[in-house]
Amino acid sequence: MQNITRRDFGRLAMAAAVGGAGVSAGVFPAMAQGANPIRIGFSMSLSGGLAGNGRAALAAQQIWAADVNAKGGLLGRPVQLVFYDDQTNGGQVPGIYTKLLDVDKVDIVTSPYATAMIAPAMPVVMQRQMCFVTILGAGVNTTFKYNRHFNMNVVGDNMKETFAKGFLDIADTLATKPRSIAILAVDNDFAQRAAESARFLARQRNIRVVYDRSYPPSTVDFTPTLRAVQAARPDLIYIASYPPDSNGILRAASELRISAQMFGGGMVGPQLAAFQAQLGPILNNLVNWDIFSIEPTMNYPGVSDFLTKYRAVAAREQTDVLGNYIPPYAYAQMQVVEQAVTRVGKIDQGLMAADMHSQVFDTIIGPVTFAASGEWAHERNLYCQFQGITDGNLERYKSPGAKVILYPPSLKSGTLRTPYGTPA
Amino acid sequence: MTPNLRFWLGAALLALVLFLSLRLLGNDYAYFAGYFVLQYVVLASAWNILGGYAGYVNFGAAGFMAAGAYAAIVLRQALGLELLPGILFAALVAGLLGLGTGYLTLRLRGVYFSIATLCLAVVLQTLVVNWDYVGGSRGAYIVHPRDIPPFTSYAEYLFVVMLVLAILAAGIGRAVERSSLGRGLQAIRDNERAAEAVGVPTLRLKLVATTLCGALMGVAGAPLPYYSGYLNPEAAFSLAYAVNAIAMPLIGGAGTWAGPVIGAVLLASLQQAATVTISSALNLWIVGWMLVIFVALAPKGILGWFRRRP
Amino acid sequence: MDPDLVLLLNGIVSGLLLGGLYAAAASGLAVAFGMLDIVNIAHPALMVTGAFTVVVLGTWLGLDPLLVAVLQAPLFYLLGTGIYSAYHHFFEKRGEEALQGLAFFFGVMFIIEVGLVMVFGPEQHFLDPSYAYTTWRLGEIDLPLRMLVPALFAMACIGALFLFLHRSFVGLAIAAVAQDADALRLMAIDPVRIKRFAFGISIALASMAGGALVVVQPVEPSSGQVFIGRIFAICIMGGMASLPGCVMAALLFGVVENVTATFYGPSWSPAVAFGWLLLVLAFRPQGLFGKAA
Repeated sequence: MQNITRRDFGRLAMAAAVGGAGVSAGVFPAMAQGANPIRIGFSMSLSGGLAGNGRAALAAQQIWAADVNAKGGLLGRPVQLVFYDDQTNGGQVPGIYTKLLDVDKVDIVTSPYATAMIAPAMPVVMQRQMCFVTILGAGVNTTFKYNRHFNMNVVGDNMKETFAKGFLDIADTLATKPRSIAILAVDNDFAQRAAESARFLARQRNIRVVYDRSYPPSTVDFTPTLRAVQAARPDLIYIASYPPDSNGILRAASELRISAQMFGGGMVGPQLAAFQAQLGPILNNLVNWDIFSIEPTMNYPGVSDFLTKYRAVAAREQTDVLGNYIPPYAYAQMQVVEQAVTRVGKIDQGLMAADMHSQVFDTIIGPVTFAASGEWAHERNLYCQFQGITDGNLERYKSPGAKVILYPPSLKSGTLRTPYGTPA
Repeated sequence: MTPNLRFWLGAALLALVLFLSLRLLGNDYAYFAGYFVLQYVVLASAWNILGGYAGYVNFGAAGFMAAGAYAAIVLRQALGLELLPGILFAALVAGLLGLGTGYLTLRLRGVYFSIATLCLAVVLQTLVVNWDYVGGSRGAYIVHPRDIPPFTSYAEYLFVVMLVLAILAAGIGRAVERSSLGRGLQAIRDNERAAEAVGVPTLRLKLVATTLCGALMGVAGAPLPYYSGYLNPEAAFSLAYAVNAIAMPLIGGAGTWAGPVIGAVLLASLQQAATVTISSALNLWIVGWMLVIFVALAPKGILGWFRRRP
Repeated sequence: MDPDLVLLLNGIVSGLLLGGLYAAAASGLAVAFGMLDIVNIAHPALMVTGAFTVVVLGTWLGLDPLLVAVLQAPLFYLLGTGIYSAYHHFFEKRGEEALQGLAFFFGVMFIIEVGLVMVFGPEQHFLDPSYAYTTWRLGEIDLPLRMLVPALFAMACIGALFLFLHRSFVGLAIAAVAQDADALRLMAIDPVRIKRFAFGISIALASMAGGALVVVQPVEPSSGQVFIGRIFAICIMGGMASLPGCVMAALLFGVVENVTATFYGPSWSPAVAFGWLLLVLAFRPQGLFGKAA
């Protein structure tokens, strides 16, 4: 035992040392020495439940910092990222932001990933009147109503009436009009809002909700749940799930040979490389919510370059190897800050917020404008369909065709294929 | 001066010195970090009453703490009452929960009791997740006032509240230790059957202990939604609370009132420091190793370590 | 057939298959916790460690996950004997196993979980066997091999263990250790050696369970957490030291969970399962299948 422990300890300590080096390199980029850097502070989940997306976001933000510094910095000053790991523990977040603002005296703050980590930062940020650009929050500002909060998320500020609209609009184009829908959602904030939207819009369109339930994140076996869904014989199946449940759900669906006119919804997971590698052809014809797909209609300037850079470091940073989900948005989040600061010409939180309220931002995920609420002025929920997938080879996801965009019409790059699964 | 008076005067003096020096520092981060440490002083002291004196290991500390936090949220939602009544209500709710748990489970010895508390936390979490009134799985938002005179900031207010609670928790722990309740609980730990045989009212003592322990844990949790402005079930039932509630008293020295205080101050400060310095998974790793090394090499905790040397 | 009946039958069958996975995870604990009185709360974490090594070795060697799980079991046996030696040295010998021993394993669990994050990162890892996407059908009943094979594998492992415990001398000695260590000493058998051996077996079973887990789902470092409550519940309901009781309880637990999920929605299945355990603890603390004290 003593030997094994010591050997493990050595190996782990080495791994930790490598990780530690990554952190310090972020805090002190090579060119930051000497000059008076602009310090951007944030907390990020680098361990715990949200670490997968947290690490991916961080890798993208570090690429942004390197890009900006290579161009000569921001306002002629080098950019320095100051970040701490919140361990996916909301209780750590207020402390981290007071540390960033009161002790480290950072010039700008940005957010950790997703609602549960953003919300605890809000009171601290509001008290100090900081301009706050967040990433993939959902409805955080409906309670706080803070006019210097901006959220990089495609959902916009009326999630209930818009989130599932794409899915149902596509369903309207089916040869036989759908009459019933089943809704299954995991117990968390985002998925419950997604399910609420599907429920609301389905009723509006006179589609009968024949199954509508939630499941706890600790569920191991989805077979019985999906069988109950199947027994309700819905035309449409709308699922709002999180990894790793999305995996269990899709595999159970394939084992039960579930078939529906359309199957998918707001599943988080199929956007990630690990899923695509494991599930392969099971993803075929899945119609799922998304935020990015490398289709000609979304090939905004800079995004390909960014993805190339990201994929070069992804394996080393132990993050999603493709980076088709969070990373472009994390990069764009920093671009918003960059462009506002450049236009204002100095670090002034009030002027930066005013700029964000009034200007259009040109980012690698397209032009972005913010509404008064701080959400995107125009929602851009994508619904994509996996097509022609034969195996788990990830190369196909680096070029168009594997995940075509069906909605919105302005970005449409393919046509719907039905049904999902093999009908009995 | 009696020892009791000396303790309370000393604690008040210490609190005053702490408060004044932080105010001189004039830095909100110190208040947040202080709050983080002090909440664990309360939690660890609470755990110690049942775990340290009676030897009943409660794995469900996070459950009781969350019960307190959600009690505060319910009171605010229903009656619009703020933090201080929320703390009292949390003590009531979590105390009753403790009493109920005690009735249900205290006939169980040792590890069965521990597993039952673990289950209790799971059941409670499921209930909260399915209870939309307190936000359900979406979480609840609490927007607190920005300023609260005479305090310089809300962070300072929260810190002072937690400071008072921490002193009360330590004081209660000390009072229990010196009372017949504490001696009875120690007799239970040493040999429950023998204690019963000589006429110690074991069940009643244990019920008092679970109630007190539950109430104090609830109190530790009540300010949590005010501290973070948002609370979802995952954060409230975080494993970190359950682990720390056990690790801190054991490292400090379980079964003494000062042990959990020392353990909490040491371990929580270390975690807070590691969060803003090392800032990686390594941080939690250190806590795990500290726990293992301490229980292996210093089974009586830091206090026992000092006491052994004359 | 009546659709509700089909749902019920399938709920029961899928519950039995899920119960097979639970049995795999719980059987090792039944040895450590039930027979040796060692509250190894790190057992699910060790199972996930097994799952990660299965993925790494299986991908490297191109072998079936369950085969890898068997091949690596001796290493886990050695790991188990090592952990027991430390546990015995620091806690059992001093008579402080109750509180400190529990805290020790709590710490070990934490160290393992965080260690896995540091080595493998927080992402999911997987290794699919050749039969991963095949489903057998018996009339209206579905038997996905993803669940069936691990369940049968678990039953085979537990069956072999059961025979070993009841037929071999060492096995009988392990059973005796659970009853009365002093009696063994009189028979000139060192109870510590027996317990070390048994704990090694318990951890080897964690490796097997890890293999089964890989077949069922992709793994991440925190995958073990959802099993902690469940497998302790199963051990207690099974009456602690009894392997058949443990298997019965595991199957029952799976069936209750899945039938609840089928008819009342999955939201309530954990509360039903754990609430049930609380009631068992309150009214029948010797377990559903245990003998009254």
